[in-house]
Amino acid sequence: MIPELGHFALILALLVAIAQSTLPLAGAAYREPRLMALAKPAARAQFLLVVTAFACLAASFVGNDFSVQNVATNSNSELPLHYRFAATWGSHEGSLLLWTLMLAGWTFAVTLFSRHLPPVLLARVIAVMGWVSVGFLLFLLFTSNPFDRLVPPAPEGRDLNPLLQDPGMVIHPPMLYMGYVGFSVAFAFAIAALLGGRLDATWARWSRPWTTVAWAFLTIGIALGSGWAYYTLGWGGWWFWDPVENASFMPWLTGTALIHSLAVTEKRGAFKSWTVLLAILAFSLSLLGTFLVRSGVLTSVHAFATDPARGVFILVFLALVVGGSLTLFAWRAGKVGLGGIFGVVSRESTLLANNILLIVAMASVLLGTLYPLFLDALNLGKISVGPPYFDAVFYPLLAPAVFLMGVGPMARWNKASLPDLWTRLKWALGVAVVAAVILPFILGHWSPLIAGGLFLALWVVVSSVVNLRTRLAGSHRHGLVAKLAANSPSYYGMLLAHLGVAVFIVGVTLVKGYESEQDVRLDLGQTVDAGGYAFKFLGVVPGPGPNYRALTGTVEVRKDGRLIETLKPEKRIYNASGQTMTIAAIDIGLFGDRYVSLGEPLAADDIDGAWGVRIYLKPFIDWIWMGAFLMALGGIVAVCDRRYRLAIQLRTGAIGPAASAGAPAD
Amino acid sequence: MKPRTRRLGWIVGGLAVLGIAAALVLNAFQSNLVFFFTPTQVAAREAPQGRPFRVGGLVEAGSLAREANSLTVRFRVTDTAQTIPVTYTGLLPDLFKEGKGVVAQGTLGPDGVFRASEVLAKHDENYMPPAAADAVKQAHEAMSTKTLINKPGERK
Repeated sequence: MIPELGHFALILALLVAIAQSTLPLAGAAYREPRLMALAKPAARAQFLLVVTAFACLAASFVGNDFSVQNVATNSNSELPLHYRFAATWGSHEGSLLLWTLMLAGWTFAVTLFSRHLPPVLLARVIAVMGWVSVGFLLFLLFTSNPFDRLVPPAPEGRDLNPLLQDPGMVIHPPMLYMGYVGFSVAFAFAIAALLGGRLDATWARWSRPWTTVAWAFLTIGIALGSGWAYYTLGWGGWWFWDPVENASFMPWLTGTALIHSLAVTEKRGAFKSWTVLLAILAFSLSLLGTFLVRSGVLTSVHAFATDPARGVFILVFLALVVGGSLTLFAWRAGKVGLGGIFGVVSRESTLLANNILLIVAMASVLLGTLYPLFLDALNLGKISVGPPYFDAVFYPLLAPAVFLMGVGPMARWNKASLPDLWTRLKWALGVAVVAAVILPFILGHWSPLIAGGLFLALWVVVSSVVNLRTRLAGSHRHGLVAKLAANSPSYYGMLLAHLGVAVFIVGVTLVKGYESEQDVRLDLGQTVDAGGYAFKFLGVVPGPGPNYRALTGTVEVRKDGRLIETLKPEKRIYNASGQTMTIAAIDIGLFGDRYVSLGEPLAADDIDGAWGVRIYLKPFIDWIWMGAFLMALGGIVAVCDRRYRLAIQLRTGAIGPAASAGAPAD
Repeated sequence: MKPRTRRLGWIVGGLAVLGIAAALVLNAFQSNLVFFFTPTQVAAREAPQGRPFRVGGLVEAGSLAREANSLTVRFRVTDTAQTIPVTYTGLLPDLFKEGKGVVAQGTLGPDGVFRASEVLAKHDENYMPPAAADAVKQAHEAMSTKTLINKPGERK
C-alpha cells in the first residue's frame, strides 16, 4: 500500500509540475497576474507530493518491504536502521528521487525567500524549475520507477553495497545533490532573464546568494566524498581523477567561475552574457554529472544498449536542456547585452582572466573524462586517461589562476595601475617567495613543485592580509573593532574562502611532496619504522559485527619508544553479499596522519600468521578537507550579508546603477 | 585603447590560453594514454614493449602463488583462449580472487612476463570489470569464428 501511495504521489507531482511549468509562463507572457500567481502554490504542492513519495520509499526501506524491487536489491533486514534509511538513495532510482526532492525543495525555498521579487521574474524562475522537474519526474516514472513491485516478493534483500555502508556515504550524496540541484536556481534565473530580455545589477543580487549557497554545498559534498575515499578504499588516496569524481568537479569549477562573474555583474553591470552562459553551463554540467554517475555509462558505455529507454531519455533530456537554453541564449543574449567596459588592468580583467582559466581547466577535465567513453562507444579501442594526464594539464592552468587571486582583490574596479599594484603587493610577493624557498629545507627536502605550491599558498595568505590592512587603514572609524565591523560579511566571506584555497594548497603540496607509503609483510610482534614512528603488529582477531564478520588487527604506534596510539584496522566480510571491505585505522594529526590498513593474510588464509599491511604517513592531508570547509564557510558567511536582504526589500527591477553605487565596493 | 581593440585583446588572450591548454592536453595525451589489450592480443604481439598498458581477463584458477617472505605474487590472466603470466609486488585489492575478473596495469618484459604496477578491481562481487568481460567475450567470438572457418569439412 505504501509504495502505491508513493507512486501515486509521484504521478500527481508530475501533473502539478506540468501546470507549474506552463501556466505561470503563459501568465508572464500575457501579463496575466492570476496565472502568474499560480507559480507559488503549484511549487509548494509539488514539493509536498515529492516529499510524500520520498517518505513512502524511505518507509519501505526502513520497514524491510522486500516486495519492492528497489528495496530487495539494495537493502537487507540485517542492515542497521540508519543505513536502511540511507539505502533509500543508494540506488539509481532512489538517487534520482532524491534529486527530484532536492529540486522541489529548492523551488520551495525560492517561493519562501523571494517574497519581493517582481512577480513576472518569480513566475518565470519557478516555471523554468518546473520544466526541469517535469523532466526528472518523467524519467523516474517511465524508466526508473523506484516503487516497482517484485512478484513474488523476495524473502530477503540483496544488501546495500558495503562501500556505501559508511557514515560519510550517508551524508555525501545529499550534500552533493544540494549543490548540483542548487545550480538549477541560478539556471532558472538566467533563463528568466533571457526570456525577459533584461538583466541588471538587481538581478545579479537576487541570484547571487542562491548560487553561493549551492556552491558551498557542492564544495562540502565533494570534500566528504574525497574523505570517504581516503578512509574506506584502503589506498589512502584522496583524489583519483576518476570519472565519478570529475563529474562533480566540473560543475564546481564552473560554479566557482560563476560566483565570481556574478560579483562583477552585481557590482559593475559587466560580464552579463558571460554570467548567463556560465549559469547555463554549471547546471548542464550538474545534469551531465548526475547522469554519468547514475546511468552506468561509466562502468560500461554499453549499459545504454542493455536499457535503451534510459539512455535515449537521458540523451534527449540533456539535448533539450543544453540545446534549448543555448538556442535561447543565442537568440536573446544580444538583448541582455555584454555590460560595461573596463580597463585592461582592472579588477574586472583579473576576474575575467580567472574565469577563462577555470573554464579552460574544466574543459580539459571534460575532455579527459569523455574521450575514453567516445572511443569505447565507437569501438575504436579501450583507453584510460589516468591521473598523469590531469596532473600535467590541470596544475599549469590553475597555478596562474591562484596567482591572480592575490592580485584581483587589490586591483581597483574599472581601471587599476600596474605600478600602484606593484607598490602595494611587492612586500607580499617578496615574503611569499622567500618563505616558499626556505620552508622546504626545514620540512625535509627541496623540490621545485613543493616550493611552487607553498609559494601559491603563502601568496594568497599574505596578499589577503595586505588587503585587509589596506582596508582597515582606509577606514575612517576609530578603534580596531569598529574598523573591522565596517567591512561587510561578504568581504570576510571572500577572505575566508580564499584562505581556504591556501590551506587546501598547503595540504595538497605537502602530502604530495612528503607522503610515505609502504606495503610491508609483518609477522606477529614484528616492528617496522616509517618516518620516525615505529609500527608494531600485534596480530589479528576475529569478531562479530552487526551485519558482517570482522577481522580486527592491532598496531601500536610509538615515537621515541613512547606509545602514542593503538590503531585497529579492520577487514569486514559482509554476511549478505560475502563482499570484503577494508577499513583503515587512522591516527589523525594536524600536521599529518598515520594510516594503517590490512592487506591479506600471507600464509594461506591463516589469520594468525604474517599479514600484508599498508603503512602510510600522510603529512598535512587533513588540510585538504579543512581548506574545503573553509571555502564553504566563506560562502555561507558571504550570503549572510545584509544587502541581500535589503535588495529583496527594494521594489521591482528598475534599479540598476543607483543601487550598485550604494553597495560596498568589494 | 578603443573598446573594440580591447575586446579584440580579450579574444586574443582567451585564444592564447586555449592554445596553451590544447598544447598541454595533446602533450599529456601523447604520453599518458593507457591502452587496453586482451591476452590474445598480447600473445599476438600487438601490445607495445616497454610502454605501460592494461591487460584484463580472468585470474586463472590455481595460478596464484606467493613468493616466500615477500609481498610478490604471481598469477596468470586468461581470456580463456590465451594466458599471460603476471607478477606484482604489493597488496592485492579486496576483490581479487582466482576465477574472477581483473585488470592489471604495467609493462611487458622481454621474457613475456607482465610486470604489474597496479592491480585494479573496482567492481563488486558479481560484476566483472567491463574490460575484462570484453576480453573474454572477444576470445570466445574469435574461437567460434575460427572453428567455422578452419573446419568446414569436419562438420558432420
